[in-house]
Amino acid sequence: MSLGPERLARHIVGLPKSGIREFFDIVSTRRGVISLAIGEPDFDTPWHIREAAIASLEQGKSHYTGNAGLPELRRAIADYVRDRFGGDYDPAHEVLVTVGASEGLDLALRALLNPGDEVLFHEPCFVSYGPEIAMAHGVPVPVETRVEDNFRLSIAALEAKVTPRTRALLVNFPNNPTGAILGPEDVRAIADFAVRHDLILISDEIYAELTWGGKRHTSFAAVPGLKERLVLLNGYSKAWAMTGFRMAWVCAPAWMMDTILKIHQYQIMCAPTPSQYAALEAMRQPAEDMAPMLRAYEMRRNYLSAAFAEAGIPMHTPAGAFYAFPQVAKFGLSSRDFAVRLLDAENVAVVPGSAFGACGEGFVRCSYATGIDQLKEAAARIARFVKTL
Amino acid sequence: MVESLLEILRNNAKESPETMAKMLGVAPEAVSAEIARLEREGVIRGWQAIVNDDLLPKGHVTAVIEVRVTPEREGGFDRIAEQVSRFEEVDAAYLMSGGYDLLLFVGGESLLSVARFVSEKLATIHGVLSTATHFKLKTYKQSGVLMAKPGDDGRLAVTP
Ligand SMILES: Cc1ncc(COP(=O)(O)O)c(C=O)c1O
Repeated sequence: MSLGPERLARHIVGLPKSGIREFFDIVSTRRGVISLAIGEPDFDTPWHIREAAIASLEQGKSHYTGNAGLPELRRAIADYVRDRFGGDYDPAHEVLVTVGASEGLDLALRALLNPGDEVLFHEPCFVSYGPEIAMAHGVPVPVETRVEDNFRLSIAALEAKVTPRTRALLVNFPNNPTGAILGPEDVRAIADFAVRHDLILISDEIYAELTWGGKRHTSFAAVPGLKERLVLLNGYSKAWAMTGFRMAWVCAPAWMMDTILKIHQYQIMCAPTPSQYAALEAMRQPAEDMAPMLRAYEMRRNYLSAAFAEAGIPMHTPAGAFYAFPQVAKFGLSSRDFAVRLLDAENVAVVPGSAFGACGEGFVRCSYATGIDQLKEAAARIARFVKTL
Repeated sequence: MVESLLEILRNNAKESPETMAKMLGVAPEAVSAEIARLEREGVIRGWQAIVNDDLLPKGHVTAVIEVRVTPEREGGFDRIAEQVSRFEEVDAAYLMSGGYDLLLFVGGESLLSVARFVSEKLATIHGVLSTATHFKLKTYKQSGVLMAKPGDDGRLAVTP
């Protein structure tokens, strides 16, 4: 056999290239771009948290921790999940500290799937879901969410895609890229669906703290009786502005956690120790740390909603995360062409909705994890641009 | 609305009423009315630029001065504090707990002018027991703003 792609793993080679990656390559050839294409907080990590990481290094805490993570951190996570979202997890056996929610998702899928098992997930969604499922030898089965439903996941859409081979359902609310959230009745209906079809539910709640307009996040962890079939993913990247620390957690029932932990233990050993100390510090005063960031996001979201309305760009009002998902179909361009031409004409980067799944076509994602001055300028340029179409 | 409005203005006092209205989800007139009310009630006391004196060509000296005074039977520290505050050299004056009573921020063109203010005007006030003057060497942060020029924010331009 010659050396070439045929020597590589087929299920990986066959994965589509990330639309985000492609767009990054285009944007990075330009200078002075105002980017609304960034999926991470613009805030730096609160100083006392960074300081705790520095202090841990000064104290020589540069060794491995236990596989599952520092016991005091797992305790703090269990407390936080219980107090904030109503989930009841035993820190000794049901909480794992991971390298980002990204690792948590990978662990869960690999622990749960046998080759050919189908996993339902809703689109538009975070770009890694489909590939992650495929890399775990599962079969990704996308389910559409629609702007008419404010991008909430409908049971009818799920019922249409479920088969006897379906093993799991992966959900993400508050949602990247749509900014959609679920109400308590949606959560109950989706949980019932999972029970009815005997599915494992993987819930990526990484934006749980970021909800707007007085709405609160409803966690699947709070649904009575669901715990034994629930994998709960959350982490520090978004709410605490700690993306580079790569810190997150998995909560899962003990019967699953043994196997999840086995993968983590063979592959990762443990999450980075200084990051774990930073995360421990982050648990001391979450509400205080988040408050100024949350207030800023909400005001920016209000601003962007009003600015797009004024410019005649239709948009469902985002109720969570830090993304607006305006509908640009009426301007007669594909979402990719819209994004490329906006970049050319006005040096503003947004992400084509199609990068988040086929049904994202006709939309673009605008992140408001960007200072208000930049946001103002970007909104003005977008308004000017759509007048030319 | 007041807290959010003040938060916006603390970050940027020059923010336009139209923008603030969008951020707060109210009408621009409501923002202007609220600001007018806050000014009328003395909550907003003024509008100033945040200036990094270190970058000005003309020298500017800032000192903090700890002042111990004898409180008076009537009014405690108020009369003497207000008397001190009236000097135009004094930028800020606070009554403090602890080892001294008043903390002053004083500005001047030179060390000499500040020293002269302390020895000739401040120390001679009846009731002032002692002063300790510290000169500022460099400003790192002022009014919540870091003085170092912000670099690139270090984020990739497009991320999932
Ligand atoms: C929905 C969603 N899940 C997971 C992640 C990854 O988070 P982490 O930094 O914890 O790996 C992101 C990051 O953009 C996300 O948007």
